[in-house]
Amino acid sequence: MGQKVLLSSKEINIILHRLACQLLENHEDFKDTVLIGIQPRGIYVAERLVKILLKEYKVKHIDLGFLDITFYRDDFRRGEKTLEATKTKINFLIEDKKVVLIDDVLYTGRSINAALTALQSFGRPKEVELLTLIDRRFSRHLPIQPNYRGRQVDAIDNEKVKVMWKENDGEDLIYLINR
Amino acid sequence: MSELSVNHLLGIKYLNESDIQLIFETADHFKEVINRSIKKVPSLRDITIANIFFENSTRTKLSFELAEKRLSADVLNFSASQSSVKKGETLIDTVNNILSMKVDMVVMRHPNPGAGIFLAKHVKASIINAGDGAHEHPTQALLDSFSIREKLGDVAGKNVVIVGDILHSRVALSNIFALKLQGANVKVCGPKTLIPKYVESLGVGVEMDLRKALEWCDVANMLRIQNERLDISYFPTTREYTQQFGVNKRLLDSLDKEIVIMHPGPINRGVEITSDVADSKQSIILNQVENGVAVRMAVIYLLASKIKQ
Repeated sequence: MGQKVLLSSKEINIILHRLACQLLENHEDFKDTVLIGIQPRGIYVAERLVKILLKEYKVKHIDLGFLDITFYRDDFRRGEKTLEATKTKINFLIEDKKVVLIDDVLYTGRSINAALTALQSFGRPKEVELLTLIDRRFSRHLPIQPNYRGRQVDAIDNEKVKVMWKENDGEDLIYLINR
Repeated sequence: MSELSVNHLLGIKYLNESDIQLIFETADHFKEVINRSIKKVPSLRDITIANIFFENSTRTKLSFELAEKRLSADVLNFSASQSSVKKGETLIDTVNNILSMKVDMVVMRHPNPGAGIFLAKHVKASIINAGDGAHEHPTQALLDSFSIREKLGDVAGKNVVIVGDILHSRVALSNIFALKLQGANVKVCGPKTLIPKYVESLGVGVEMDLRKALEWCDVANMLRIQNERLDISYFPTTREYTQQFGVNKRLLDSLDKEIVIMHPGPINRGVEITSDVADSKQSIILNQVENGVAVRMAVIYLLASKIKQ
């Protein structure tokens, strides 16, 4: 099992700033926009982006929610393990809002598909965009593409992209692991 | 810890502590789901569940049916009073006929203790016991503990008294198993004739005086007199029972602390509990009903995820 560093802490920081600027370009004051981090790993990307937007770009207020997609996944009973849920926390209405879904790695697109279904339980958004930190090219099972992407990588099926965060794992790092 | 240790829910007796914690954590998520404006998730869209009730029920049946529908399962309802059971069909035949219509899970209530265990041995489906005679009613005990945990933060270390007809109550037995498993202290209280002889062997205290029991406890779970199961006379009159074992506002107000009042329903107002107590803010009776749906969703979800495709 080998592993190599895809992105260092410094590179991740630069990319997050670029993504924040791209969001700012399209959504200005975030009045009609809400950000939703997909549980369990997308919430770290979402929290970082909100922090940058509030602190460094002086956005007044951003609605941030966390969405758990466990009960909407299409692989229930298909794997060995029971799918374990995490917390959903969306304290606002998404009716008529622009929603930006945020996740760390876009791979087959099935999680995003489940997230789109889950989102329907919270109203009818005006439009939905997708932001991912890592986009694994050529591995999609569904016609889903990100509107904002941090870095595109080519990884074969038995490789895994692992995103580590300071809050959780001690440092910001992205690995490519060969299983 | 991420899956149940059992393939059926036949009784709390067959669960371990981490099963209960897993059910509660999952139920927390479902409670959030059923408080959304759209209360449904698609998880069980390829699962069919039969609710087979050989005994009357309103709350439990509705609660199970709602839980199943909120998980997007297909639901079959069957009441023994309108079926071929009346024509002499055996339990196994009835259930196998239903299963040959490709049913994955059976929720069953039956007047005979052990009916669910018997069924689990003889048919190929995941079985949930929704009450078997005076034996167990596991989902009721789970939702009771879930409600205590929600109200008081934790079940471990709490003092819980179960008051009433302990002898004929499946709710009492399941609650005793569940509460002990989670580290609560349990006492039972009621007429001596309605306290099982060996109840202390379950690690449960017996208190004959209701006032003393209430002074000791954090939570009082009030049970109904199971008139349909009383074959002989266990106490002189209902009025006398109420005087000794009924909870009223005056009695509660005279305690030096505020205790939590629970009742699994159906309530006999004015017998084991007066209306002003049942409707007071100390009572969490309606929270129990709401939590019942979330807890049953969790049980069904966790058991269904163990059914092989």
